[in-house]
Amino acid sequence: MTPAPPDLADGAGRDARLLEARGLSKSFPGVRALDRVDFNVRRGEIHALMGENGAGKSTLIKLLTGVHARDEGSVRLDGEMIRPASPRQAEALGISTVYQEVNLVPHLSIAENIGLGREPTRLGLIRWREVRRRARAALARLELDLDVARELGGCSIAVQQLVAIARALDMRAKLLILDEPTSSLDADETAELFLVMRRLRDAGLGIVFVTHFLDQVYQVADRITVLRDGRLVGEYEAASLSRLELVGRMVGREFSAERAAPDRAKAGAGGQPLLDAQQLSRRGAVDRVDLSVQRGEVVGLAGLLGSGRTEIARLLFGIDRATHGGIAIEGRPVRIRSPRDAVRHGLAFTPENRKADGIVPHLSVRENIVLALQARQGIWRRISRARQEQLARRFIDVLRIRTPSPSTPVASLSGGNQQKVLLARWLATDPKLLILDEPTRGIDIGARAEIERLIDELRGEGRGVLLISSELEELVRACGRLVVLRDRRKVAELVGADVSENAVMEAIARHGD
Amino acid sequence: MATDPRAERSGRGRALLAGAAHLIWPALALALLLAFNAAFTPGFFHVEIRDGRLYGTLVDILNHGSRLGIVALGMTLVIATSGVDLSVGAVMAIAGAVAATMVVRDAASFPAVLAGALATGLAAGLWNGWLVSRLRIQPIVATLVLMVAGRGIAQLVTDGLIITTNDPRLAFIAGGSLLGLPLPVTLAAAALALLALATRKSSLGLFLEAVGDNETASRYAGLDARGVVLLAYAVAGVCAALAGLIEVSYIRAADANNAGLFVELDAILAVVIGGTALTGGRFYLVGSLLGALFIQTLTKTMYMKDVSADVASIPKAIVVILVCLLQSPVVRGRIAARRRPP
Repeated sequence: MTPAPPDLADGAGRDARLLEARGLSKSFPGVRALDRVDFNVRRGEIHALMGENGAGKSTLIKLLTGVHARDEGSVRLDGEMIRPASPRQAEALGISTVYQEVNLVPHLSIAENIGLGREPTRLGLIRWREVRRRARAALARLELDLDVARELGGCSIAVQQLVAIARALDMRAKLLILDEPTSSLDADETAELFLVMRRLRDAGLGIVFVTHFLDQVYQVADRITVLRDGRLVGEYEAASLSRLELVGRMVGREFSAERAAPDRAKAGAGGQPLLDAQQLSRRGAVDRVDLSVQRGEVVGLAGLLGSGRTEIARLLFGIDRATHGGIAIEGRPVRIRSPRDAVRHGLAFTPENRKADGIVPHLSVRENIVLALQARQGIWRRISRARQEQLARRFIDVLRIRTPSPSTPVASLSGGNQQKVLLARWLATDPKLLILDEPTRGIDIGARAEIERLIDELRGEGRGVLLISSELEELVRACGRLVVLRDRRKVAELVGADVSENAVMEAIARHGD
Repeated sequence: MATDPRAERSGRGRALLAGAAHLIWPALALALLLAFNAAFTPGFFHVEIRDGRLYGTLVDILNHGSRLGIVALGMTLVIATSGVDLSVGAVMAIAGAVAATMVVRDAASFPAVLAGALATGLAAGLWNGWLVSRLRIQPIVATLVLMVAGRGIAQLVTDGLIITTNDPRLAFIAGGSLLGLPLPVTLAAAALALLALATRKSSLGLFLEAVGDNETASRYAGLDARGVVLLAYAVAGVCAALAGLIEVSYIRAADANNAGLFVELDAILAVVIGGTALTGGRFYLVGSLLGALFIQTLTKTMYMKDVSADVASIPKAIVVILVCLLQSPVVRGRIAARRRPP
């Protein structure tokens, strides 16, 4: 049976609580992704769910929408206990989700997409006229006027997003979950989406809004729930939580004036910068960022998730192409069109996702270490086996890589040691500049300290390091200069004594232009 | 810095052993099959010398297994990159058609015929490699194009005829012998030696395995992943063309419809039996040759046991299932769990 549609006219009059989740927990092998989290959404509100990477946002959503089964806890929707076992069941109960990647069928029409999987039939045949009529009605609720016969794939991402919402509403949703809906929208499209969101809120729907854009949270959200490391940090009225407080809650560091300024003798050698990027841009990823790194300097990229940190690294290393802006290395303008070009210019890059993009899992530690050097030498000038063994042993020794032998497959090493193998791979090429994207993520404390010490040694050797980390404390410890990013733009550059966690949080939280 | 020569030697010894360990399974399978024949197939091991040349069932197996072996060698490199080449059979047909047409119609010189046939294979391989590495079409789909169209192309080359030839030089490729063994055996051995040298004495082997195991990571390490993939398909094309030449020489005709028919399936099976996983990464050239010999021996055994050709596919299918089971992580995990002390 279909649940009754929410009483749109009279939403505020009834009990305001729509969703009440209590003590939700979920563990995956080796990780406690969600630890006794409470989450409440009221009727007729837009509720922002905030948190950094690994905070547990997506796990929470997957529990609510029946993608995963919860280990502990309870969920009430409209006062009734629910336990959806699949997204389909959750939809039938009134919880609809629109994901970041629009999961509709591009080759079908708008009407077909809205009606997909629940077409009205007569004698086993689909009543197409009825399908179109319902689609038009669903769109009308959003006050959208679209030709429902159009093929969806031909529409803009924003329209596809709206169609996905219309589809969700056609399911008679009470709770609408929007997971990063604005990440591929431009400003106008975002404004249009917000208009629709407000309209739905006023009609009594509960909306969960997941985003990493702070400005947008304050534009539309009524209340905010912050998660960190799988735990609930708190639930706040948006109007009474300052940006600064919000950023502090998300990164887990309170704003305070008393923190001792760390050693600041970390300024670069001066003179010509090793790397100088001007007005670096890529549509939808990075917006006019200036960045330079000196010899013997560690420059940090700070910012929340999605602020453009990793995107800058990818542009510099030639994985993505910049749409605008230029890069100079040691004063000479260069074109970096591929990682090969970047390596040739003396750059090195350890990616954020070590397992997927970094290690070659089934090859040995030795082969992983020589890979970049061998790639630079080309196919025919093979590094002799003896030299390979020598290189591997040297780096295993210097970086204290704990491995049974150089011929052990790298996949069987711990995360910290895999990261060291990646560093060894690049050090073998004697790079001028290392771009390290989250080099300590998922690594135990001991190995983390070693990697931080190593970064300092690299600086001491006169190399440049561009460090990306979501841990402010780590950035402040390691960097002589910090570039702070927000919403794909550079919002501050902190040098020397100005580098502090407070300053970074202030820069991130400061109001948009 | 001087390395300890002993450590170096033992390191190399270990590597050799590690490689050899993977050959145990195909070697064991082949040994079991031969043992079966020793027990139940009279005359299976009978070999005699006539006119300075060896004759017998085993020699036949080597001779006919050579074509499959050569195709499997090329296929090994492609599978190492986590790809697959379904077009090798069709490429055999095209190369054969080109060779026969050049001999019969153009009366071309023998070196020109060889070069023409191999260049045809190279072109086909480059086409496949281009589709896969540049256009990033899935290997199965990309090579399906030529698999389907290839026999039509071969028909175009021969004007839809089966071109027969008795040219003695062409016939020598399959009919000649060297050191008492049929020439195709020498060709297969030479192909193995050449590819082993090319992959292990250069860094091509490392690059193929790295790209097959994690293409993104390889690219980020500055490797020309697309070039490596392109090369693998090109080699597979040339290998298929060589096999096509042997086929034409053996049946003394270019048959666009039947030359190398279904050889792609046997070649994939040979590679997998040889220990190279379809998911890419580590590859074993010798293993693939052993796999090819195993398949040829199986075929021959069934022939000698009077198993009708119509049902001969069933034992083959059983072997495929067994091999797949051995490669399944689930099954391996269960076996490992059983071995582990409680």
